[in-house]
This record gives sequence, C-alpha cells and structure tokens, in this order.
Amino acid sequence: MAKTIAEINEKIKEGKAVVVTAEEIIDIVKQKGIKRAAQEIDVVTTGTFGPMCSSGAYFNIGHAKPRIKLGGGRVYLNDVLAYAGLAAVDIFIGSNALPDDDPRNRIYPGEFNYGGGHVIEELVAGKDVRLVATAYGTDCYPRKRLETWINIKDLNEAVLFNIRNAYQNYNVAVNLSDKTIYTYMGILKPNLGNANFCSAGQLSPLFNDPYYKTIGIGTKIFLGGGTGFVAWQGTQHNPNVLRSENGVPRRGAGTLAVIGNLKQMSPRWLVGTSMLGYGCTITVGIGVPIPILSEEILGYTAVTDADIFAPVVDYSGAYPQMKSDILGEVSYAQLKSGKIIIQGKEVPTASLSSYPRAVEIATTLKDWILSGKFLLTEPVAPLPGVDSGITFRPLKERPIEE
Amino acid sequence: MAIAKRIVLRFPQRLVDRPIVSRLVRDFNLDFNILKASVTPDEEGLLVLELSGKQSDYDKGIRYLTETGVRIQALSQDVTRNEERCTHCGACITVCPADAFELEPLTRRVNFYNERCLACELCIKACPPRAMELHF
Repeated sequence: MAKTIAEINEKIKEGKAVVVTAEEIIDIVKQKGIKRAAQEIDVVTTGTFGPMCSSGAYFNIGHAKPRIKLGGGRVYLNDVLAYAGLAAVDIFIGSNALPDDDPRNRIYPGEFNYGGGHVIEELVAGKDVRLVATAYGTDCYPRKRLETWINIKDLNEAVLFNIRNAYQNYNVAVNLSDKTIYTYMGILKPNLGNANFCSAGQLSPLFNDPYYKTIGIGTKIFLGGGTGFVAWQGTQHNPNVLRSENGVPRRGAGTLAVIGNLKQMSPRWLVGTSMLGYGCTITVGIGVPIPILSEEILGYTAVTDADIFAPVVDYSGAYPQMKSDILGEVSYAQLKSGKIIIQGKEVPTASLSSYPRAVEIATTLKDWILSGKFLLTEPVAPLPGVDSGITFRPLKERPIEE
Repeated sequence: MAIAKRIVLRFPQRLVDRPIVSRLVRDFNLDFNILKASVTPDEEGLLVLELSGKQSDYDKGIRYLTETGVRIQALSQDVTRNEERCTHCGACITVCPADAFELEPLTRRVNFYNERCLACELCIKACPPRAMELHF
C-alpha cells in the first residue's frame, strides 16, 4: 500500500484526500483495523497549544534617515529588551525578555504581566509597538537615538523563529515541600497539593510520529495560526530516552525548531503568557500533518492517552537540584481523569496546555488540507533519531580561578 | 426560608470606624462569614460576606445596611472571565479553593461557575494568559 507524499499531494489537489485528526483516527482504527485504515486515510493531523519558552521573533525594521546602527546598541520594544547584536536594523526578541524596570521576583512571587511574548502577540495583532534605541554612532550610521512607533505591516521582515517547541513528552510537576512554590509548571501547592502537566497527549505532534519517520527538516506545519516549517531539531532534542513498546518516549525526548512568517499569523495562536513567580513566555499553536505512508506510520498515529506515560517530578527538590529521581509514572489518561495517585495520596491534576485548542488546530489543519490550500512537503533531511547517538548533556561546570 | 448569599459591601469613609456588621447578628439573627476585608487608601471599606439566615431577616438586614449608607452589590459580578483571552488550558482548576472551575470531560473545555466564586483572587495571577478579571 506504500504511498508517497507526491501521491498524497495529487489527491489533495484533486480534492480526494482523506484527512482525519489524531483524535479521530483512534476510533477509526478501533473499527476498521490498521490495515484498512492505512489504505483509506492519507493524512493524520496533530496539534498542540501550550507555553513554549524558547520562542522568539526577528525583525528588520528598515533604515532610518539619517541611518542608525542598532547592532551593539540597546533596543527596547514596549520597554522590553530586544537583542541587538546583529546588523544595523535587525533585532530579535525572545518570549522571556522583560522590561528593565520589572520588579522580577523582588516582590515575591513576581507577576510578570508583560514581556517578550506579549510584544510578539501585540505585533501580530497589528498594534503599534514603541521602539526606543540607543546606539554609539559611526561615520556611516551617525544617529545615536531613535524613538518611533513600529507596526508589523511596515517591517521588511517579521519572522517567528522558535528554537525549541513541541516537546515530545514532559514532566508532571508536583511539590513535596511544605510551602507553595511558583514554577514554569505553574503554582504547585505544598505536600503534593496538585500535579500540573503540559502536553496535548494523543494529539501532540511528536507522540504521533515517535521515531520521526515523517516529520523532518522542511516539514510544512500550522504555526501560530499561519503556516511555517520545521527548521531543525529543537534544542535539547534527545531521542535516546526510555521508550514504551509502542515507541513512545516515557521522558522528555524530541523537540522541534520552527520558523514562519509572523505577518500571516494570528494573536489567537500566539498568546503572551505570565507564569506567576517564574516569568513571561508565549503560548504557541503548532500542528503537524503526518502523511500515512505505511501501516506502521498509521499505527503510531492511533496512539491513545492511555498508552502514553510521563514521569512525575518533585519541583521543590529533584528538579532544581538536577537530580534524576522521579516519583513514578502516570498515563495521560490518568492525568486527564482529574486525579492521580502519588505516594499513596490522591492528587488533583491540571493542564497548562489547552486540549480544546489542540483539537481546533488539528481540525483547522485538516480543513486546510481538505480545501487544497495546504500541500504536504517532503522533508529535506531527517531529525536525528535514536541511532544518532545524541545525548542530553548537563553543563560541565569548570570554576574560573583568577 | 433559609438562604445564604454572597455580597460585596462598600463602606464610605464616615462609616469605616462604626460597628455595623455586628448588628446583623444581634438584631437580625443573621450569620456571616467574612470572605475578604480591606480598607482602601482613600479609606473606603470593602467587605465581602456570605450572609445566611431567614429570607425575611436577610431582607431586613439588607435594608438596614442600605439605610446606614453601605453600598451593596452581588459578588458574582466581580470576578469575570475574559472569553477572548481564556485558552481553556485548565491551570485555574486546582488553584481555586471553591471549585468554581470545572472541566467538561469530553471537550476538556473549562467552565467557570461564578456563583461559586469567593473572590479570593487566587486565579487572577495564576491564569497564564491573564483571562480572569476582577471588577470591584
């Protein structure tokens, strides 16, 4: 039955492709079996919508008259520090960047109401953003100060470039200590008061292609409400972790670096986000289409929440101290039931990733493909797999002695 | 008929130093549970109460408060969800002490039942996209 991406694209163009979401495929496989489902279905769409910190955007703002060299100077967008270590008018803003005068955690827990993720959301929403820059001035770029409104429609380029998104599995965070802690996994109440998780589970892109057999560099995706591409493996991409028999990693594993034109994205799918006591970030919508090239690939997409396990980690001790101890493993089906059992105690669960929005992404991507406006791409290179020898190294700290 | 209602009371500056709520117990047979109390910088007092007792006593008590000059509003109007900003992630669910947020099991959408809300404000800063809003 082996199909090719080119054949699937022909069917998409003819309006004959059969496309379902990674949620719908579960029942289809139950009813029809893998063999028949693989013959009938051409594409399975996935989706995820969660806070993804290693996200950012770069801009070319155009040259001022007289010229100014921002590179080596300082640039703020709505008071949030942007990176200006590039050429004259190229800047980058990261989702975790903060205004200089944000109190951070000096007033604990810090509120982190506005940061780089919010600047990106406002730009995407078409709002004017205040740019304030200082530079040192050169013979060819004489200007030393610039204060101006900018708007995404006037920028030469506005590109979302996220160096680590769509984590293939993630820790379930709990707190064993006797005081509330404020983490990137949300507020964790003392003495196992709650457990927070962050994955769309059975709908999440890399859970549906656990060995990266179809998702590779160059794969076209749903990104932030528009289209984008997988640019590279994400940072900390770590394919060599413990896996279940179905191939699904039982720990944080693969990641994606993604890129796309910010001008065609939407603030509904790039939401500035505040984690109390931790910082600012951005919630990103990503959807990846999986071409059903074989029965094996279809089998992977039929994975359910009950077959996917995540480690439970203490964020008051093991996590900050870089210890690898876990308190156990739970399935996403258990997590989504609203409570899990840890050390004999019933612990209520909550998600930081939005499942309804993940469904909406997978459904939107399905509709785009069915309407013929979204064709699949052939990856130009694979993501490093389990045989790549890649490992996730801790920092090798070497004290600097004067 | 016994009832329990959650209300927001605002005391103008001239009333802040007078015993008023105690009369609800003494003269009107009402019970109260203080959910929140503060005096703002311009010295307006704000009190969030759950008042319980007989409907007839409750009505008399409310009339007394109004006549004294206390402004009264229903609590449920005060914490609202900005539906545009809510992403239905669910981070609020385990933070809320009053179970005012519930997941719809099938869709995993988060429902907000503001009649259960105590206006404790924990969800306001716990909400990652800051969709929960306080209107006092």
